[in-house]
Amino acid sequence: MSEPDTPALNIAQCRRARIDRALQIVVPIIVLLAALVAWEAIVRIKQIPHYIIPTPSLVAQTLIKDWHTLAPSLWFTLELTFAALAMATLGGVLLAIVLSMSRWAELAFLPFAVILQVTPIVAIAPLIMIYVDSTFGALLICAWIVAFFPILSNTIIGLRSADHNLRDLFQLYRASPSQRMRWLLIPSSLPYFLGGLKIAGGLALIGAVVAEFVAGATGKNTGLASRVLEASFRTEIPRMFAALVLICLCGVLIYLLFNGLSRWLLGRWHESELKGDR
Amino acid sequence: MTPTPLDADAPLIQLDHVHKQFANGTVALRSMSITIGEHAFVSLVGPSGCGKSTALRLIAGLTEPSAGRIIRHASLGTNNAIGFVFQEPTLMPWTTVAENVYLPLRVQGISRRQAGPRIDAVLDMVGLRSFSKAYPRELSGGMKMRVSIARALITQPKLLLMDEPFAALDEMTRFKLNDDLLALWERHRWTVIFVTHSVYESAYLSTRVVVMAPRPGRVIADLAQEAAYPRRDAFRISAEYGAFCRTISEQLHHARPTHV
Ligand SMILES: Nc1ncnc2c1ncn2[C@@H]1O[C@H](COP(=O)(O)OP(=O)(O)O)[C@@H](O)[C@H]1O
Ligand SMILES: [Mg+2]
Repeated sequence: MSEPDTPALNIAQCRRARIDRALQIVVPIIVLLAALVAWEAIVRIKQIPHYIIPTPSLVAQTLIKDWHTLAPSLWFTLELTFAALAMATLGGVLLAIVLSMSRWAELAFLPFAVILQVTPIVAIAPLIMIYVDSTFGALLICAWIVAFFPILSNTIIGLRSADHNLRDLFQLYRASPSQRMRWLLIPSSLPYFLGGLKIAGGLALIGAVVAEFVAGATGKNTGLASRVLEASFRTEIPRMFAALVLICLCGVLIYLLFNGLSRWLLGRWHESELKGDR
Repeated sequence: MTPTPLDADAPLIQLDHVHKQFANGTVALRSMSITIGEHAFVSLVGPSGCGKSTALRLIAGLTEPSAGRIIRHASLGTNNAIGFVFQEPTLMPWTTVAENVYLPLRVQGISRRQAGPRIDAVLDMVGLRSFSKAYPRELSGGMKMRVSIARALITQPKLLLMDEPFAALDEMTRFKLNDDLLALWERHRWTVIFVTHSVYESAYLSTRVVVMAPRPGRVIADLAQEAAYPRRDAFRISAEYGAFCRTISEQLHHARPTHV
């Protein structure tokens, strides 16, 4: 450690690490921009009519022009997705805790969860629309059903995966069930739960959009899927693209949000989020 | 067979014809009877599968015997009288060294502030005071084991159970930890039951070595080692040590499984 050139080496190493981090953000953005430029160029050069494929710039213009109708829909879809996700998290985690405490409860209830999971949401959605009066309520239930299962199953696996020696240690010190739950089982299950949450986030958005397609909901108080449907009836292709872009952005937002959450919670200790020197 | 030595000190814990059969029919222990005296350093030596871990878990109360009795004498006390060190460090990866060591006190409802000095003291004992804020993954294998030992010691247990604690470490680290453990034991004289499959380790550390054989797990020899403490590197090359290693090895020879 005492060689005179060590500090210089370190500075060079740090700089390289910084550049590396910056490139990780810059490279995907450049590639994305290049793809957009290519799209724009091809559509203009081949003179493809905008009612077949609009240019990105036209989509952007439409986005701004129709913002007053798109914004409420964006808000509606986000609200629906996050409400479903919150309910799925609450329900999934609570049920996982109950099921993990009793083999019998798991045997009794898991089949219902599996049946809900394996039945395609498009097939159940019409029924839910019939039974539930409020459109928002029906859509919420659909999105909840698809988001619920990954959280439930991952959290159950997580709660069961606590190190058996650590379990013995808690038993040796006569920890109460609630101490065991708070200090051992919940932290052990956190990586699994967050994995489930990442999947559930994407699925909740898909559930929200698909359910809205099935509902064929129209009118003012509806989400982005309705804007896509509406635009398709009127063959306003740029508007369809604009709504689609917003749905994509919702997905990306959810993805970034939960990846960030996972990194924040696990960054210091869990293999999946460790980075840097080994 | 050598005569069975009894520890001079008062008995702390006693296994009386203990049988352990698992649900799948495996007989892990057959009629095991030993008495562990206070202040002893007892090693359990034997090939893998001879029921050493099972014996420790029975003593710790982590599992119940299928037959026979485990007698915990009054001198053992009741409240967190037993510390356990596993073969793996068994630390909680999501929190720091200090919080890991705090766990046994936290379970007892002792506040973090109250526990602070005790945490510092045990970390001092194992030489890791300056690593209290580190996460387990930032430590070497030997350091993690030290944390695990510190956690077992924080309740000031009467009885320390160690299940092949150094088996996964390299020889240099193992020798160092052997010496450090002995130095601590010489100072505090808790009772230690130390499981190992190494003849040399058991001969170096113990006041008494219990040799076990597998299928079914049973005690086949119970050997006392009178050599004085402190034992340091010089002891490793003494004739006394060599002779004791020979005796243990000979006994283990009988324990060798016929088909491996
Ligand atoms: N939970 C268990 N269920 C069934 N068999 C077990 C269990 N634990 C240990 N055994 C068996 O009991 C015997 C003794 O095991 P163990 O005490 O772990 O031996 P050691 O620690 O000496 O290697 C082995 O044959 C092992 O396979
Ligand atoms: Mg073992």
